[in-house]
Amino acid sequence: MSVLADPNAAREHARAMGGTIVEAMPTLPPRAEDVPADVAPDDLLWEETIAAGGYASRTLARGARLRLIDVKGDACASLLIFNAAMPSERLNIADTVKVQWDAYPSTGSVLLSDMGRVLASIEQDSAATHDAFCGPSNEASNRHHYGDGRNSGVYPNARDRLLLAAAKHGLGRRDVHPSINLFKGVRIGADGGVTAELGPFAPGRSLVLRVEMDVIVAIANCPHVLDTRPWSITPLRVTAWRGPVTTADDPIRTATPERLRAFLNTEDLYRR
Amino acid sequence: MDQDTHLAGLNGQVIHDEIVLARAPWMHQVKAGETLRIVDLEGNQAVDFLLYAAGDDAERYSAQDTIAAQANIFLRTGSVLLSNEGRQMMTITATSVEYHDTIGGACSCESNSLRYGHHTKAQHSCVDNFLEANLREGRGKRDMVSNVNFFMNVPVEPDGALGIVDGISAPGLTVDLRAEMDVTVVVSNCPQINNPCNGFNPTPVRMIVTA
Repeated sequence: MSVLADPNAAREHARAMGGTIVEAMPTLPPRAEDVPADVAPDDLLWEETIAAGGYASRTLARGARLRLIDVKGDACASLLIFNAAMPSERLNIADTVKVQWDAYPSTGSVLLSDMGRVLASIEQDSAATHDAFCGPSNEASNRHHYGDGRNSGVYPNARDRLLLAAAKHGLGRRDVHPSINLFKGVRIGADGGVTAELGPFAPGRSLVLRVEMDVIVAIANCPHVLDTRPWSITPLRVTAWRGPVTTADDPIRTATPERLRAFLNTEDLYRR
Repeated sequence: MDQDTHLAGLNGQVIHDEIVLARAPWMHQVKAGETLRIVDLEGNQAVDFLLYAAGDDAERYSAQDTIAAQANIFLRTGSVLLSNEGRQMMTITATSVEYHDTIGGACSCESNSLRYGHHTKAQHSCVDNFLEANLREGRGKRDMVSNVNFFMNVPVEPDGALGIVDGISAPGLTVDLRAEMDVTVVVSNCPQINNPCNGFNPTPVRMIVTA
């Protein structure tokens, strides 16, 4: 019955799939019509739509801009960031909120490493509903919510997605550190209570990160751990382009003494 | 006698009893079913606290999983400390302090440079204590995650303002933790002198394990 009984037929069958366009996939070479006018086509680095329940990872150079778009209003991007040259340095979410005296990272905030350096700055943020406290879902929480949370099932959890993303860069279970969840937010009450802001939100909300160090980013796009709805997650679009390194008079760099010293530490790393 | 006061309400036999000096690290195995009591001997002494599963130390305390599961950032009596894989590691069975922190993280030489200035570089820090203890068992910087800060107060205001403020502990107050699995407890008796987490004066704490 099979028409793929010989390698030639199998090759034809495989090759006939080429050029297929689906909703969630990378575009190579990257192409995007909606980047800022001063971004040359050759400066595009990454264009990908991450599937609902999917993940992606990539190294990005200092100065790159990383734009995330919640295309349909129900994405949840759990983000890890590592120093690409020394991945034991990574996002420290406790330092990020403590050093900036602010529980709610948004436009102008920086994402700090455990070494007192700026991994990335939030250059633009039309969402302002993000979560520095709850972290990724895991296999146990997804099993509780959906009956299953395995990568091999249909309700994958964010932690296991981040594990796969990190593993593609040689990293492992010790490296999936506390994350920040983007597009799904929380608010903290006076009694410490955590209230999730889960949307769904207006389509097209976006966030632009200015990458301040050579980094590895790992992103999972799975429902927020406090989301009690039936499985609800929509694709996440990621675009990156080359950009200039932050200058001394940059308004985010100079906004507060803590941020200024974090940039001084970052610049010191690259003084070589 | 002070000692009797500190033992009040504990069941079972005392199998370990130790004073952790001001500014020092501490590491200890606590087996499932045993209870660790931490005594804030002189009051408002932050005890930075991490847990690793004894049988597989890639599984460790997760502040984020713990917060998400209880939908609250404060640790109180009844709070269950969860691992990064969603399993129960320890339960706070009793505490005479209203709540404890798990969002403030540990002080480090590096973060001190941001918070206070580069003149603090030579000061001792919790991350250095955690590293010193963890290195003895083959763990390193990749094993550093957001920790608990017992006896530390980090409120979040309605506008998102967050910070370490005056403590709500007092001399002799305690927290009791029952191990739900065999765990390695790693503590930094916080040496910070630039904010109120230790009342600007690091002091000893007492560790009592009962079985």
